[in-house]
Amino acid sequence: MSAALDEREAAVSGVAPDRTLAHRRRLPGWLLALGGVAVLLLAWKLLVVVAGYPTFVLPAPEVVAARFVRAWADGTIEPHAAATIEEIVGGLIIGVGAALPLGALLGRSRLAEQVLAPYFVAAQATPILAVAPLIVLWFGTGLVSIAAICAVVLFFPVTVATMVGVRSVDPRLVEMAAAFRATPRQRLLWVEVPAALPAILGGLRVGVTLAVVGAIVGEWAGANAGLGVLINLARGSLFDTPLLFATLLTIALLGIGLYLLVVFAERRLVGVRA
Amino acid sequence: MGKRFRAPADADGSAAASTTLRALEDVTFEVGAREIVAIVGPNGCGKSTLLRLIAGLLTPDVGTVDLGGQPVTGPDPRVGFVFQEPRLLPWASIRDNVGFPLRLADRSEAERQARVTELLEQVDLAAFANARPHQLSGGMRQRAAIARALALEPSVLLLDEPFSSLDALTRERFGLELLEIWERTATTIVLVTHSIPEAVFLADRVVMLSRRPGHVVAQIHVGLPRPRSPEQVDTPAGNAVALQIRHWLADGAEAPASGQMEAMRT
Repeated sequence: MSAALDEREAAVSGVAPDRTLAHRRRLPGWLLALGGVAVLLLAWKLLVVVAGYPTFVLPAPEVVAARFVRAWADGTIEPHAAATIEEIVGGLIIGVGAALPLGALLGRSRLAEQVLAPYFVAAQATPILAVAPLIVLWFGTGLVSIAAICAVVLFFPVTVATMVGVRSVDPRLVEMAAAFRATPRQRLLWVEVPAALPAILGGLRVGVTLAVVGAIVGEWAGANAGLGVLINLARGSLFDTPLLFATLLTIALLGIGLYLLVVFAERRLVGVRA
Repeated sequence: MGKRFRAPADADGSAAASTTLRALEDVTFEVGAREIVAIVGPNGCGKSTLLRLIAGLLTPDVGTVDLGGQPVTGPDPRVGFVFQEPRLLPWASIRDNVGFPLRLADRSEAERQARVTELLEQVDLAAFANARPHQLSGGMRQRAAIARALALEPSVLLLDEPFSSLDALTRERFGLELLEIWERTATTIVLVTHSIPEAVFLADRVVMLSRRPGHVVAQIHVGLPRPRSPEQVDTPAGNAVALQIRHWLADGAEAPASGQMEAMRT
């Protein structure tokens, strides 16, 4: 599974995902992934049994699984998960909306890169943990602030990917478009964006997973609902370690789900290019 | 409708720094309406540069390009360009690729569809309208590129070594197809080629360029009757023209004996 992921990430630089691995081991693919999960769960269970950790330190996998099911059934997790998803979606809209034009600008103009890149990199180097409370201070507790925090963390990878993608456009296609009198806008829309799309989606894969982290960090800085809030509740006033693990599982699944959504979009939009 | 190209010899203005490479020098020739002109010359003589100047993709430092009495100042809708490689958009269908100039010209969806269907018929690709470029052979891709160049019904078609990536048999068929398209449409054709037989087969006139900086060393009329067939290249008349071209190519930039030069220049 991780090998397959690595290979995908390696393909981010602008080509369609490489499927040679899947071809080489056609049968095991999903079976291997499932086996990996089984091994992981077994090791976890073994650790709990052998080391004899109490449930409030490290609950056994089946305890977490049971808590996960119960917490979803009795509506403990659901409203928090809904709040977090809302924040992430808002963050994606703002972040991607800002990253695409800026990335295109940086990709097109060396001057823009020289002038803007220092601020841009400095902003990325500033820990979001330090900035999050400021954002909450400015925009208040709740959805807007946390969406903004998500937007900030996913902004960098998506912008860089867009910049790289726009630069990777085949200059021969650009000359072709010029020969048929494309305006700068048409060139962007019909040549540069489609050509940059694989790279942009690669950046988005990184971006969506970072957005999940951003949402949790944001919720810790100030929110009344959300999976980050639930983590704090579970380890604090509720002192319910299995619930803490169940929440972490929910967050992980959310990340995987978003990632797969981007991969799916990539398959649909990019398809096979040769 | 004629096309006039002129770049005087005194390109040595103040702007010409020692680092800049001068590709062309004193190139002047005219192309009549419906004429097919082949530009032939040694490697790196600026043939492709010349074609891009005519297309308005490059602006000459000195001199002008006239098209139908008007100077060419940028890419012109009256000119269709076929590049050395097909240069199709890899993510778009053949239909969308051929219709690309129409989309850029903001033609309506209905008009685009109608024109593309017509063009695909013309280049015999109707069955592949929905295919992606990578699903087609090299020759089919280049045909699609020609259809694209014809989309806006240009009066001049410029081709930059359009056959160089094709195998010998495809090249020959392709030449025939180009002539068929030329018969059907009222286009003037200027093409750059490396191949002497190709120039003899296709062109009314062959413009010979010298080594860099390229200038016109000779213009050779190909007097073969039309419609042409590839076999005509192997007739005595065809061979005589090919021999002339070969002679000029071999001489390159060297000044040939003046008597000979006068005999060939027209």
